[in-house]
Amino acid sequence: MPGKTLDFVGATGRAALRFAGTVGEWGVLMQDTIRGLRAVRIWRHLVFEQMMRIGVASVPIALFIAAFTGIVLALQASYTFTGAVPVYLVGSLVGKTMIIELGPVLTGLALAGRVGASIAAELGTMRVTEQIDALETMAYDPAAYLVLPRVLAGAVMFPAVTLLASALGIVAGWLTAIQLLEMSTPEFVRGLETFFVPFDVVFSVIKSFSFGLTVTSLGCFFGFRTRGGAAGVGRAATSAVVASSMVILVFDAFWAAVLL
Amino acid sequence: MIRLRGVHKAFGEKVVLKGFDLDVPRGATVALIGASGAGKSVVLKHIVGLLAADRGSVAVDGREVAELDQEALYALRRRVGYVFQFAALFDSMTLVHNVEMGLRRVPGLSRRDIRRRAAECLELVDLEGLGDRYPAEISGGQRKRAGIARAIATRPRYLLYDEPTTGLDPVTTTVIGRLILRLREEIGATGLVVTHDLGTAYEVADSMAFLHDGRVRAHDAPGEIRISGDPVVRSFIEGAPELMETLA
Ligand SMILES: Nc1ncnc2c1ncn2[C@@H]1O[C@H](COP(=O)(O)OP(=O)(O)OP(=O)(O)O)[C@@H](O)[C@H]1O
Ligand SMILES: [Mg+2]
Repeated sequence: MPGKTLDFVGATGRAALRFAGTVGEWGVLMQDTIRGLRAVRIWRHLVFEQMMRIGVASVPIALFIAAFTGIVLALQASYTFTGAVPVYLVGSLVGKTMIIELGPVLTGLALAGRVGASIAAELGTMRVTEQIDALETMAYDPAAYLVLPRVLAGAVMFPAVTLLASALGIVAGWLTAIQLLEMSTPEFVRGLETFFVPFDVVFSVIKSFSFGLTVTSLGCFFGFRTRGGAAGVGRAATSAVVASSMVILVFDAFWAAVLL
Repeated sequence: MIRLRGVHKAFGEKVVLKGFDLDVPRGATVALIGASGAGKSVVLKHIVGLLAADRGSVAVDGREVAELDQEALYALRRRVGYVFQFAALFDSMTLVHNVEMGLRRVPGLSRRDIRRRAAECLELVDLEGLGDRYPAEISGGQRKRAGIARAIATRPRYLLYDEPTTGLDPVTTTVIGRLILRLREEIGATGLVVTHDLGTAYEVADSMAFLHDGRVRAHDAPGEIRISGDPVVRSFIEGAPELMETLA
């Protein structure tokens, strides 16, 4: 038995070291990326295209998720509140939850799948076909040329998409309330206003900003360290999605603990 | 000049270079030959700092590559054109755009100069008219030539060719061989040509270095290599594995 226990401790220790090593490598890439800010001429032209690809192209999926979330929130709130609580609180619950939690988190997770996987696969393919090496030999800093535009675009576009999604979620909740729940618009709006504080929006922006940095930087990170052909590219995409989803949930709890 | 001394390189358990020495003098063209997997591409990657030696020295123009800061390393890379074994063209860009990439990093070139130079380079490798194609839309041999066009666009002082003729038809092979010679005349580039293609090596090189078992087994004029008495070298240039076996 003691042998087994030691094995377990050893394996856990090795896994922890590996994890710490990976975080360290990510840190180095981020350091290179920040240093790459100086090379404005390299990345300036590329940010807009990434904003379109990461942000604008993600709007449909984000809105789709938000609309259904808003509907379900309204229905479930009314179901839960039956009799016990004034019905206008449906508006409060839809608004508050969409803005501070489900808008940012569901958008973040959806974009972790869409954006994170696509960045990791694209850069992973560039890695295994030596395109990243080629960039280096042509005196381009890959951190400035590839990572920086994506991370900047993610930092700007995640909050933008999230705000749009939250707004649509609230609209969907409102339509549900007046169509299916026999609430009136003034009631719903009263609920919305009762617990709303402007800081909620700031909170949502901070969260989605951090999610944008997470998804894009991890997508780049796993893409860059891709090895071994097509299978390696697949693994990179999977790792990027899994890791960003986990980090998003950790950040979610972190911001709630720190800022609320 | 390029000077490698006692370079050791291993990937995990796999030892690839074990004391590799090579000089490529200013203005010369050296062919590096050797079996598949011997480590020829690995040697080239050390010269531009894509790989770092575990031990030993890699110096270009008298400066140790591993000790250069980022700025100096990029300055070195601007002086070196690198033709990748599998072309490594940027597949999201057209051929012209691929060739222009290096030129955009050259200070003082106007947009017009860049466009003109890119067109010239594509013409030099017989790809005029294909500039608007994407790498996926051209043949393997055309990609290879596009890779050469991209490497020479900045008129580098050094040109590193990784298998510039492998997989090309005999005519294109000759064309590429002549191109290498011509570039040497025109831009005076110092060349290191990795190849298994002995015909190209004999044609373009002032000297040939034979990489075997992590070291340079023989480095001599093409005429001498051709008549070498070393059974390992003979076995390689005659394509006769039996000779190797008699050795073992
Ligand atoms: N980045 C790397 N990671 C791990 N192993 C590598 C790496 N690069 C090269 N190797 C190994 O080093 C050895 C030499 O590879 P290299 O590509 O230099 O061979 P080569 O002489 O160019 O062969 P070929 O003529 O087939 O291109 C191979 O066994 C290869 O598996
Ligand atoms: Mg090779």
